[in-house]
Amino acid sequence: MQLTLDEISILCVYSAMVVYAIAFIAFSIDLARRSAAATAAADAAARVEVKETVAVGAPSSPRSAGAAKPAASVAYGRSPSLRVGVAMTVLAWILHLSADVLRGLAAGRVPWANMYEFALTGTLIITTVFLVVLVVVKQDLRFLGTFITGLVLVLLGIAALNFYVSPIPLPPALQSVWLVIHVFVASASVGLFALGFALSVVQLMQARRESIAATAKAVKLTFLATLPDSVTLENLAYRINIIGFIMWTFTLMAGSIWAEKAWGRYWGWDTKEVWTFIIWVVYAGYIHARATRGWRGSRSAWLAIIGFSTVLFNFTVVNLFFKGLHAYSGL
Amino acid sequence: MSPQSDPGAPSRPADHIDSTEADPGETPVNQPKLGFVGWLRFAWRQLTSMRTALLLLLLLAIAAVPGSLVPQRSSDPNGVTQYFDDNPRLAPILDGVQMFDVYTSVWFSAIYLLLFVSLIGCIIPRTKHHFEALRARPPRTPVRLSRLAGYTERALPEGETAAAAIDSAAKQLRQSGYRVEQYELRGEPSVSAERGYLRETGNLVFHSALVGVLVAVGFGGGFGFSGQRVIVEGQTFVNTLAAYDSFNPGRFFTDTRLTPYRLSLESLDAVYETRNQDAIGQPIDFTAHVTVQGQDGEPEDRTVKVNEPLYTHGTDVYLLGNGYAPTITVKNAEGDVVFTDAVPFLPQDANLTSIGVVKVPDGMPEQLGMVGFFYPTQTELTSGAYTSSYPDLILPVLTLNVYEGDLGIDDGTPTSVYSLDTSTLEQLTGGKTGVDSIELKPGETAELPNGLGTVTFDDVSPGAAPAVDVSDTDADSADAEGRNYAQSVSRFASFDIHHDPTQMWVLAFAALILGGLLVSLFVPRRRMWVKAVTKPDGRVVLEYAALARGEDPGLEDAVTGFADKHAGPAASARSTSNSNSAADAPEKSST
Ligand code: HEM
Repeated sequence: MQLTLDEISILCVYSAMVVYAIAFIAFSIDLARRSAAATAAADAAARVEVKETVAVGAPSSPRSAGAAKPAASVAYGRSPSLRVGVAMTVLAWILHLSADVLRGLAAGRVPWANMYEFALTGTLIITTVFLVVLVVVKQDLRFLGTFITGLVLVLLGIAALNFYVSPIPLPPALQSVWLVIHVFVASASVGLFALGFALSVVQLMQARRESIAATAKAVKLTFLATLPDSVTLENLAYRINIIGFIMWTFTLMAGSIWAEKAWGRYWGWDTKEVWTFIIWVVYAGYIHARATRGWRGSRSAWLAIIGFSTVLFNFTVVNLFFKGLHAYSGL
Repeated sequence: MSPQSDPGAPSRPADHIDSTEADPGETPVNQPKLGFVGWLRFAWRQLTSMRTALLLLLLLAIAAVPGSLVPQRSSDPNGVTQYFDDNPRLAPILDGVQMFDVYTSVWFSAIYLLLFVSLIGCIIPRTKHHFEALRARPPRTPVRLSRLAGYTERALPEGETAAAAIDSAAKQLRQSGYRVEQYELRGEPSVSAERGYLRETGNLVFHSALVGVLVAVGFGGGFGFSGQRVIVEGQTFVNTLAAYDSFNPGRFFTDTRLTPYRLSLESLDAVYETRNQDAIGQPIDFTAHVTVQGQDGEPEDRTVKVNEPLYTHGTDVYLLGNGYAPTITVKNAEGDVVFTDAVPFLPQDANLTSIGVVKVPDGMPEQLGMVGFFYPTQTELTSGAYTSSYPDLILPVLTLNVYEGDLGIDDGTPTSVYSLDTSTLEQLTGGKTGVDSIELKPGETAELPNGLGTVTFDDVSPGAAPAVDVSDTDADSADAEGRNYAQSVSRFASFDIHHDPTQMWVLAFAALILGGLLVSLFVPRRRMWVKAVTKPDGRVVLEYAALARGEDPGLEDAVTGFADKHAGPAASARSTSNSNSAADAPEKSST
């Protein structure tokens, strides 16, 4: 039997999903182990104040060097399930990348011209950003593995089952270099926003835990105890989100330039334009909140979460159910 | 602290996180009563605060939402009409609060105008302050550096005096882009350095460019225009107000601004997918071949494509749609031609089933109207109805229903050329009349009912045979097979013609927005101090510390890096933290 490029691509998608699922399980086991480790550490160092957060024993975190830290955190960096999780994510990423490239070859163009392809490429970028931060920037965000692999798995599954269309040529309106630039940068910013979102969620959980600890009540020891403190998480989230924001600003502008060429006006409050604008304004609000007294911390984290919700809404609901010129879902 | 002694401190709104001014909420309650001016000042301060800007931004985001839920007159007028039909009770209520014109509504405008007033109120004092800061000296070295970020100390290098060490630190700092100033406090020399003024410059450029975009968009809308015109192959359009099918001028537009150039559509090429089984009939390319001629110029051959507009004579010409314009000729009973024209038919679906209208006001006993369907590739559904199964001309068929009576065009009220008001007309063919609709292929002629005359669907292919009368022969004669109809029906292009004098300004401001944003988010603004301190035991050590102004993740590394460069690596490999919470580091313990 002769498989077409697209069929091989689909095979890669499904294989990638299986491997993502394994990675997801491994990362989840790791989270469970973190809770256990945290409890053990608390027992071992009963006199250590509960308030103090226990750093992850990652190479990049100098805090683990402290002698006063419970042994559990040092042992933590060698967590086998964490390593399995990362290794499986890398493997899934390779399969995912192959799927995407093959899809592009099958269609004879960039693989991001309809819903299925946006999802395929967008999720690939989410994983890529995650791995780049992990491996190249050497920032230990492995604790987000459950979220990232889970999100990618769900989105990829929805795309493969519900959005699939066979590769077809581009309609005239999409035949433009701006398809390559605008849509790619948009997907990349979505990848960054996803990561920023995850960090903000963990930040809120961590902040809650810290505030309970500050009132000297007994804190339930969960995996949070092994993660960076909420301020560190907030700064990380901010740095990722502003890169996403700059790319989104570019997306918006590139989209306007393209709209001018394709539709004869650079801005017309088409539904997709409206939502691109809304996302941009929400993240501008987030950046302001970070610089406003009384809004730093949890409040600004909520804005980042709302921001990413609008991103997801824009990608799913707006694409599928709203009427407008951007009717390129292919469904 | 006066602004002179600490440039940067009150430059931002009072509730900026880095501001040293008291939070308005913290001001004592027993203030003297505010006078009118006091109130104004208070209101202004509130409006230009970060919190207000933030709230207005969030409000703007929320206010933009309804415009995506409800069709808008600006982008989808038909959708609005449809909405009124579907929701006769709700629609007028929504219309009352401008839900169909969200982005020009009073409330939406109010929000963004307030935001921009706040923005301008923010930019002006900050710009003024920034200019002062650019000229001011870096602030006095703090007494105790040890409480600042990245604090580290190094032994004074062998054989060097404290003053020389501070001199060389100042020199090195200046070389790496810092503005420096030397101070001496209680006999201890020190250098105070500051860099990254570009950050604030970028921020101000960014915010000012936002205002620039708003102003440019406002002006562009006022002086520009946009118009639509349908042109059939072989026809010419002259850029004058009367020649447009529809025209939307800006508020300050005058029609003397139109350059009367000529635009002729020579041909429109449409290419459809023929091989990919999943995409048969999908459009691949539309190209309009046109000639453009200025008032006293040679005609020039140009093309207009989707994504490749034509910029000519100060206008932008876009190809936004196309379709078929069957050429129809009507003769009366005496055989005189009373109508002949290529009539644009509006496409209804992807395979270009199209609807068009013929109006014959003169030359007949009564006025005559015809409603036609055109199928570029006719297919019969099981119900017996026709449809088109492919957008190109494989088996073109035109069907016509004939009406007689008053077309309602004599009293001068404008009516659409694409619709026929049948209320004052009597239907002669099709529908309930019992007479079959007229059905023609290119080149065929049929009798009109009641001996009114004939109607011909002209074949416009080059060298086409003269029209055949089908009225007496079987309509389904086998001539269709094997005939090539590819050129038999003219096409039309619908062009949007725009002029927006500020488009380039908007683009330029957008570029400034992006540039300002990059600079303001990635250039670190920081202060650094080096001080030679004499310890109680008489030893002189060099102290290094820094202060971030705004987000600055690399601050502590920068201090360590500078200290290493200036005085060599620390003797006891002290672990200086390179962790992330840079800005708020004072409480950080050096483990
Ligand atoms: C049209 C509305 C506005 C938008 C879209 C907007 C957007 C932004 C963005 C994207 C940033 C981050 C980039 C940078 O630092 O340059 C920023 C920063 C800032 N904005 Fe705005 N802004 C708006 C209005 C205002 C207003 C009215 C004020 C004054 C009250 C203001 C004060 C500031 C300040 C002080 C910063 C620096 C924040 C920091 O220190 O990190 N902005 N703004």
